[in-house]
Formats: sequence, structure tokens, C-alpha cells
Amino acid sequence: MTRIATSARGSAPDDGVDPRFGRAKGFVVFDTATQAWSYIANDAACDLPQGAGLAAAERLARAGVGVVLTGSVGPKAAQALAAARIVAHEGRFGGLVRQAVADHLAAPEHGGE
Amino acid sequence: MIVAVASGKGGTGKTTVAAALARVWERPCLAVDADVEEPNLDLYLRAREVARDRAAIEVPQVGHSERCDGCGACAEICAFKAVLAFGDFPVVFAEMCHGCGGCIAVCPHGVLVPGARELGAVRRGRAGAAESRPDLWLIEGRLRVGEAMSPPLIRQVLRDAAALAAETGADIVIDAPPGTSCPAMAAVRDADAIVLVAEPTPFGLHDLGLAVRAFADQGAPIGVVVNRADLGDSSVQAFCGDTGLPVLAELPFRREIAAACARGVPLDRLGGETLRAVTALADAVRDLAEQGMRR
Repeated sequence: MTRIATSARGSAPDDGVDPRFGRAKGFVVFDTATQAWSYIANDAACDLPQGAGLAAAERLARAGVGVVLTGSVGPKAAQALAAARIVAHEGRFGGLVRQAVADHLAAPEHGGE
Repeated sequence: MIVAVASGKGGTGKTTVAAALARVWERPCLAVDADVEEPNLDLYLRAREVARDRAAIEVPQVGHSERCDGCGACAEICAFKAVLAFGDFPVVFAEMCHGCGGCIAVCPHGVLVPGARELGAVRRGRAGAAESRPDLWLIEGRLRVGEAMSPPLIRQVLRDAAALAAETGADIVIDAPPGTSCPAMAAVRDADAIVLVAEPTPFGLHDLGLAVRAFADQGAPIGVVVNRADLGDSSVQAFCGDTGLPVLAELPFRREIAAACARGVPLDRLGGETLRAVTALADAVRDLAEQGMRR
């Protein structure tokens, strides 16, 4: 059972995906155990002069996220996510959060959940 | 006495002016290349290297991961996201660290210990002919390829310069990095006077304005050298008149000067009107710095 976070332009599952990781306004989270949606704001990281990706990774780790769906992740943020044992799936540059999560859960290599 | 030669816009002639000032300076002089990302003062001064030292900044490293209790104090104090705490022990991103030492100080269990990140090198040499100018030195900072931060190395260069100046009684002439952001601010911080080299063009005027505003809080008197003065318009001179900034020199555009620069020949070696202009500039700069030292 996992918490799946998607970088998003809004706070709801029908909002658009934000292709940025560190400077995304927030992350919409789907919890596969409870089937509930929630939201993690990322404003604090957006304003940082450096290390926004690291701050976002830290925030997701503290929220118990296991998977993140986003456009692309920089090398330092990728390191931080790996240290936090969060799996990052890049390549999500548009569409809605709900679709991104559905596609992820349906993908055969992830075995569905 | 410490004089910084800076500019807003790059390519105005800081290094050319700084080299010439150091060479004609009437007292013992230490020339300092603080443009550590691309040090080029030595192209004019051709110093004989006497010492080369590695420079490093103290950064944290995880020394005792087993002692970590996940309190997060290290990550909380870090302003730069160089230390993250969300698991069994902190994760350090040494290249983000600005060397404050806070995380090491606040860890209650000694998990983090001092390590080092290499910044680059500081070179020291004698820049004058042994018989005629035994009292001209050069200290140069050279940033490691891949290092993103110049100010820590610039500060190390200036500390080394202060030590050599104290030992020899030399005045310091600093060739600062271009621009008005952190590297330039670090280079001019201790100056008694700031010489801004400007060119008489719209970009030159705009960036001179930025430099004047950026360095105003530093408090040192500012003087302006207009380089290639006969090539553009008179708006830089007008700006100086309006803001009360002294124009210390107007250097003309001369093909022979450009050719000399291309061959690494410093201005004073051209003799004639160029040497006279540089010598007069040195006197004006010294007066400005004496004014600065009295404040």
C-alpha cells in the first residue's frame, strides 16, 4: 500500500499535472490503502534560491510518500528521493493528476495495486 | 590601503586598469586577482610563482550515522538545503553548503563531523623585476572547475592578501569580478575606495548605475574611470556630474592600446600620454582611498 504524489498545478485530482518537481506549487496525493486524495503544498520550496528540489523531496519523505509522478527531477533531488526510498517516475508533462495516477496503477510493470 | 577596481558591465577594462595601477604605484603594492572564475591579471603582470596552496571550505559529513536519532535539528538550521533529515541519518549535499558550521554545532550526538570541499587554488608570486621593482606582488584565486560558488574562495584570497600586506606594508589593488552580485560584493567589501571602470555606451551607463547602487552601502568613496572615452557618447560623464561621482580619468580609444592588451602588455609600458594618464590616475586613486580611510 502506497501514497502516490503527483506534482500538480492545483490541489485536486482533476487539476493539471505540473511538470516541475522542485518548484511545483504542490503535490496531490493518492493513498492506495484508504483510496483517499489529499494535498501537500510546496510553496516554501518555490521561494528558495537553491535546493527547491531537495526541500520538496524532504517534504514528501516526511509525509510518507512512496511514489512521485512528475515531469523531470534534477540530479540532486533524484539523489534525495533515492535516499528517502521514494520511487520517482518522470515523463509526466501534462494531463490531469487523476489520469497520471490511473495510468501508473494500471501499468503492468508496477503490477497494479 | 585597499583599492578595488570593479565595474557593472564586464569587459570595460578593470584588469587592464588594475594591472597598470599596481605597476606604477609609488609604494609597495600587492595586486590581487579576485576574479576567481576567470583570473587574467597575471596575463599582464607575469608573476614568478612562489607558492600555490589549495583552498577548501569546511562542509559537514556524516561521521557517526549510528548515533542519529532523527531529531532533524541539522536540517532545520540549514538555510541552503545542504543537509536533509528524513530517515535514519542526515543526507549531506556538500556542494550546496556555505560553510556556516551550524549543523555540526547543533547536532546533540556528534553525528556530523567537519569535512572539506575543495574551492580551488590561491597562487602567490612576485610581479616586478627583481632589481627595479622588488616590492610588487600578485595573489591570484583560481576557482576549481565545477565549483559553483566564488565568494568563499574570494574571501580566502583576501585573507591571504591581508596577511601578506601586513607582513610587507604593501597597499592592495584588487581586480574584482565584473557585475554586482555576490562575487563582486565579496571582492569590494574591505576596500577603502572603489574605482568603477565604465564605457560610454547605453549598456555601460546602465550597468554603471547598477554598480553605484550596489556598492553604495559599502560606504567607500567611488570614483569612475571612463575607458574608450572618445568612442561613445557623454552620458556617463553627465551621470557622474549629476550624482557627484569624480571622474578620475578618461582613457581614449587607441589602436595601440588595444594591440598592447591583446599581447598582454600593460598600459604603463606604452609610455607617452598613456603612461602619464595612468600615473595621474594612480595619484587620484590614492587620494580617494585616503579619503575613504578617514571615514
